[in-house]
Amino acid sequence: MCLAIPARIVELGDIHMASVDIMGVSRTVSIDLCPEAVVGDFVLVHAGFALQIIDEQTANETLDLLKQLPFFAEEAEAVAEGA
Amino acid sequence: MDLSGFRDPELARGLIDAIHGSDPGRPIKLMEVCGTHTVSIAKNGLRGVMPEWLTLLSGPGCPVCVTANHDIDTAIAISQVPDVIVTTFGDMMKVPGSYSSLTREKSEGRDIRIVYSPLDALELAKREPDKQVVFIAVGFETTVPLIAASIMRAQEAGIENFSIYCSHKTVPAALGALVNDPEVKVDAFILPGHVSTIIGMEPYRFLAEEYHVPGVIAGFEPIDMLQGIWMLVKQLKEGRAEIEIAYMRGVEPQGNPTALAMVEKVFEPVDADWRGIGVIPGTGLALREEYAAWDASKRFDLEIPEPKEIKGCQCGDVLRGIVLPFQCKLFGRGCTPEHPIGPCMVSSEGSCAAYYRYTDYGREEA
Amino acid sequence: MRSDRILLAHGSGGTMMRELIDEVFVTEFHEDALKRLDDAASLPFPGDRIAFSTDTYVVTPQFFPGGDIGRLAICGTVNDVATSGATPLYISVGFILEEGFLVEDLRTILHSMRAMAEEANVHIVTGDTKVVGKGSCDGIFINTAGVGVLAEGVDLSGSYAKPGDKVLLSGSLGDHGIAIVSIREGLEFSTDIETDAAPLNKLVANVLAAAPNTRCFRDPTRGGLASTLNEIADASGVSITVQETSVPVKPQVRGASEMLGYDVFQVANEGKMCAIVPAEEAEAALAAMKASPYGEEAAIVGEVAEGPSGKVYVKTAFGATRIMDMLVGEQLPRIC
Repeated sequence: MCLAIPARIVELGDIHMASVDIMGVSRTVSIDLCPEAVVGDFVLVHAGFALQIIDEQTANETLDLLKQLPFFAEEAEAVAEGA
Repeated sequence: MDLSGFRDPELARGLIDAIHGSDPGRPIKLMEVCGTHTVSIAKNGLRGVMPEWLTLLSGPGCPVCVTANHDIDTAIAISQVPDVIVTTFGDMMKVPGSYSSLTREKSEGRDIRIVYSPLDALELAKREPDKQVVFIAVGFETTVPLIAASIMRAQEAGIENFSIYCSHKTVPAALGALVNDPEVKVDAFILPGHVSTIIGMEPYRFLAEEYHVPGVIAGFEPIDMLQGIWMLVKQLKEGRAEIEIAYMRGVEPQGNPTALAMVEKVFEPVDADWRGIGVIPGTGLALREEYAAWDASKRFDLEIPEPKEIKGCQCGDVLRGIVLPFQCKLFGRGCTPEHPIGPCMVSSEGSCAAYYRYTDYGREEA
Repeated sequence: MRSDRILLAHGSGGTMMRELIDEVFVTEFHEDALKRLDDAASLPFPGDRIAFSTDTYVVTPQFFPGGDIGRLAICGTVNDVATSGATPLYISVGFILEEGFLVEDLRTILHSMRAMAEEANVHIVTGDTKVVGKGSCDGIFINTAGVGVLAEGVDLSGSYAKPGDKVLLSGSLGDHGIAIVSIREGLEFSTDIETDAAPLNKLVANVLAAAPNTRCFRDPTRGGLASTLNEIADASGVSITVQETSVPVKPQVRGASEMLGYDVFQVANEGKMCAIVPAEEAEAALAAMKASPYGEEAAIVGEVAEGPSGKVYVKTAFGATRIMDMLVGEQLPRIC
């Protein structure tokens, strides 16, 4: 369950509300659950609430980590040998 | 946020190879317990690229599917109270209760409206002070804090014509019930990403420690899913049983403490009736005494008919991973998304609907 | 008009009805055939075979980003007639108005109908109006029917698709459906997405000239591209595979669809045309589409194959294959 999609905080409003951007769609969401969010943060939005701040750097690190795994190294070597 | 890297076919191939290369030498069954995972697996065609020794099962991860008839019947009864506006997530509209569905009630003139957020229901209550606005609160831990926050907002703003019908469920103890069920054969769990965003990894620890069943919290993009599956087969091959996080960008090990505190303030655990599974102790939530004023089941005098179960429907077995959707006798023969018999075919993230919509399984014979 | 709202008397057949017709309908449409106020229009017809189509429009809200119900009512019928390969000529209009509907709103709607008719080069030649009591309809319902002329030898059908044919799409998916839902109560969000409603008869004519063996045209309205392609695959006894990465979708439409849990292939369009064209004519058809109004973003998005009959597949960005299924019932936003 639970569709939640990344959105960028564009503006903070009153009473823990914030305006977010989702690929050019803007909507007001509540930041009751992550009151520390600031403009520019990416948050996971579920049914009109920001669930959590998400870190783009962590996302990139995950991908980098996966790319460094042994099975990738082997594949890269195989390609190099083939060439 | 650019997530295209999590759909990278190149990276996917590497992970698929790694999964194939981690053969533990015996057949393995992994169960996902999140409807969005169910849809992601079907939509991305992941079953087709798994090794033969690996089966992906769908568990009770769709909150709509596990909502008991009694709860649907109650929501319908609320909609029949004069001057009530029932608000709901779109997911609930078509689910059949014992005798009717919200869609059908709407066609008969009940004021039932779909909202995207419980806050939209709260706004509606502000705009319609002469009506009672009831929100049908379904969902797992991901959704519960939103409802808690909405009630706290209603309290703060003094909105008295708003209430909720609470049918929330919580995941970890239900996994315990599955592991304890002798009919259920699951080697490891793909744990739900956004439920874990809220609750973190600690609540699953008992699975690994008491039952030696590994679990990996996974995200929803194809790479997220494959990474989760790979981490699980690796654990199984190495004979480990741990709770790990593959969805690092969306889940902190401790979850979201702010959200958890709000849930704790507003709700208390109760037993819950899961459709097809039965009562699982401590997996439901009820409003605490201080918030009873927002409880729709206490606000209205309701007459709920005796629930009636659906004959021949194997949703309960599907939800426990005992049969695959297309192995149900009704699948595709009488039970289709157009004419659903059981809830797993109704909800778009139900395992039967996901199989039916995105794959060829069981369609040809139908 | 003395009243600023539609009254039951405006449908009575008496002087008030006459006032409504003269001062609102005839004035706004500005068509010679209507001015004569005959019960039937008698019209020249430049051919032997007609294409004839009708559709009814009940959309709420009636005004939405980029257009209104009037724009839809003309474009929809023009496009339906055009899909047969015909040149649309004449349109009839029927209105059901709810008592209390604002005359000013009606004028705005008629104004957009006239603008679209002029752009599509069709004439509104006959019409009818009924007024119903408050609550008997939702503001305004419009029926339009259209007649077009079919050139000799033009014979298109959704049952003519053959293995190897290419699937062309005239532009980005989902704009109309997302524009409408963006202003629906309880779901509001803001985006610069507007309805794509547009007359596509020119585009169809250009494609047909460039690719005379085109099998069929379809406009993927309600139910989106998924319904259109499933219908064609079914009628022709073939399968169709769409490359997800080739299908143009605006990022805002993708964003809104993800937020609401919609499948963008099932979201409605009102200004897109899908064409099935033999492979050898596909490039010519694509060039013609791109050179036509509303076709700048056209793309070849898929291919027809032998079987299994009636199946439509999506080759995902990630390289896997799934079924592109039809929408079941109403499209509902979901959180799961």
